[in-house]
Amino acid sequence: MSYLYYPGCSLESSARSYDVSTRWVFQRFNLELKELEDWNCCGATMYMSIKETISLSFSARNLALAERNNGQIVAPCSSCYTILNKTNHILQENFIMRAKVNQSLKRAGLEYKGTVKVRHPLDVLVNDVGLERIKEKAVRSLKGIRIAPYYGCQIVRPEGFFDDRENPITMDELFSSLGATIIPYPVKLRCCGGMLMTTFPRVAFELNREILEAAEVEKAEVIVTTCPLCQINLDAYQDKINKRFGTKFQIPIMFFTQLLALALGADRYEIRFKENIVPIPEKILGGAS
Amino acid sequence: MADIMAGPQAKDRKTKELLRTFWLQVSNIPGGQKIKRCLQCGTCTGSCPVSPTMDIMPREVIALFRAGDMESLLKSRTIWICASCYACTVRCPVGIKVTDILYALKRLAMENNLFPARFPVHALSRSFVSLVNFFGRSYEPGLLILFYLRTKPARLLGLLPLAWKLWRHGRISFLPRGIKRKKDLQALLKEAEIMEMIIPWEPEPVPGH
Repeated sequence: MSYLYYPGCSLESSARSYDVSTRWVFQRFNLELKELEDWNCCGATMYMSIKETISLSFSARNLALAERNNGQIVAPCSSCYTILNKTNHILQENFIMRAKVNQSLKRAGLEYKGTVKVRHPLDVLVNDVGLERIKEKAVRSLKGIRIAPYYGCQIVRPEGFFDDRENPITMDELFSSLGATIIPYPVKLRCCGGMLMTTFPRVAFELNREILEAAEVEKAEVIVTTCPLCQINLDAYQDKINKRFGTKFQIPIMFFTQLLALALGADRYEIRFKENIVPIPEKILGGAS
Repeated sequence: MADIMAGPQAKDRKTKELLRTFWLQVSNIPGGQKIKRCLQCGTCTGSCPVSPTMDIMPREVIALFRAGDMESLLKSRTIWICASCYACTVRCPVGIKVTDILYALKRLAMENNLFPARFPVHALSRSFVSLVNFFGRSYEPGLLILFYLRTKPARLLGLLPLAWKLWRHGRISFLPRGIKRKKDLQALLKEAEIMEMIIPWEPEPVPGH
């Protein structure tokens, strides 16, 4: 069964570094990551809050396309990952809804039986490739770098397919096996506010401050995340948060695949580090071995 | 379960209709009917990162549903402030899918045009849907522009520094990337709209009402 890459809309515009680094890492392990042909938006949390059957049909188009191509979906964006999994779950459990959605899919020449698996690249890399092989391929140790592993909400919640829903450790293990120091990070699953940054910025600022503060207290040198929305909230709004609360946070926010690519020997220009707004120190870029 | 008329207070037709639609939506969620088992323990409220800014606590949402007060629920800030972090859903001791229940309430509020005045979240959702229906994919700059035009056009100017910063770092794309088979998608959506209205069975009565 092949991996069908579902980049999602963010990875095409504001988080291209996540896209580039994910493809880079998969290539490094000779895993074919074929882009799901003509995928559409998953609907995100916003479509779900307008119409039920329509939003499910909309996101099910992707599942149907993947089923036709006989593959597993690999979705790096936490929101896509959760929405596609949620749609999948509803369609597998609720046969009436499945009939209604299939009726709509038929108009696009598609059908969905419910056999597709939706996975996150973190899950694929750690559980299919395995830490051993990752360690073998690593050309650079991350020794001496203090990392705050920030998972965000939707990678393990609500279902927790590959890790604990209260204390996930996949990313901790991944980077500690590469030599990094993982700080104690109790807010690793705390919400960044997501789209609240647009609708209720005051609420979102408060949430983001907590996440940054917990990293600073433990002297983290980088926050590593798995979600494009968390990344942009923490990174692009860090100066606003500093202004608002009188703090002096200066913590770079990286996608986990960016840091992984560095450890695997990627060139810093290959994986678009210019996108990270808070600059990444040379110590991390150049490795510390 | 008792007759829908036998609730604690005599309800008008509108409220009864809202209760029934809500219950149907909840029944569509796998395991949605677990809402009947709520203990009112408050774990959901305690786990919620944004509950301090809500007017009705997540626990109270279920209490109000039981009391049949749909209008207060639909007009609350609560359903729109939820950021879908699913902490409540994960921790509920009886397995109530609180987040999904809030989604059902959002949809009901949108359908009935019941939301607090000058409230931005539904505007964002509507902008988003019109965008993805058209292109098949989302386009962040377009989404933000549509959203601010609908809510606070004057603030668009205030966005420029952020836009400049993102632009400099190569994080804004010029044009939206649509899908190829837009016609197929339109046909799919049109059919789904009809499917949305089909209620294939008479749902069981709303518990307690």
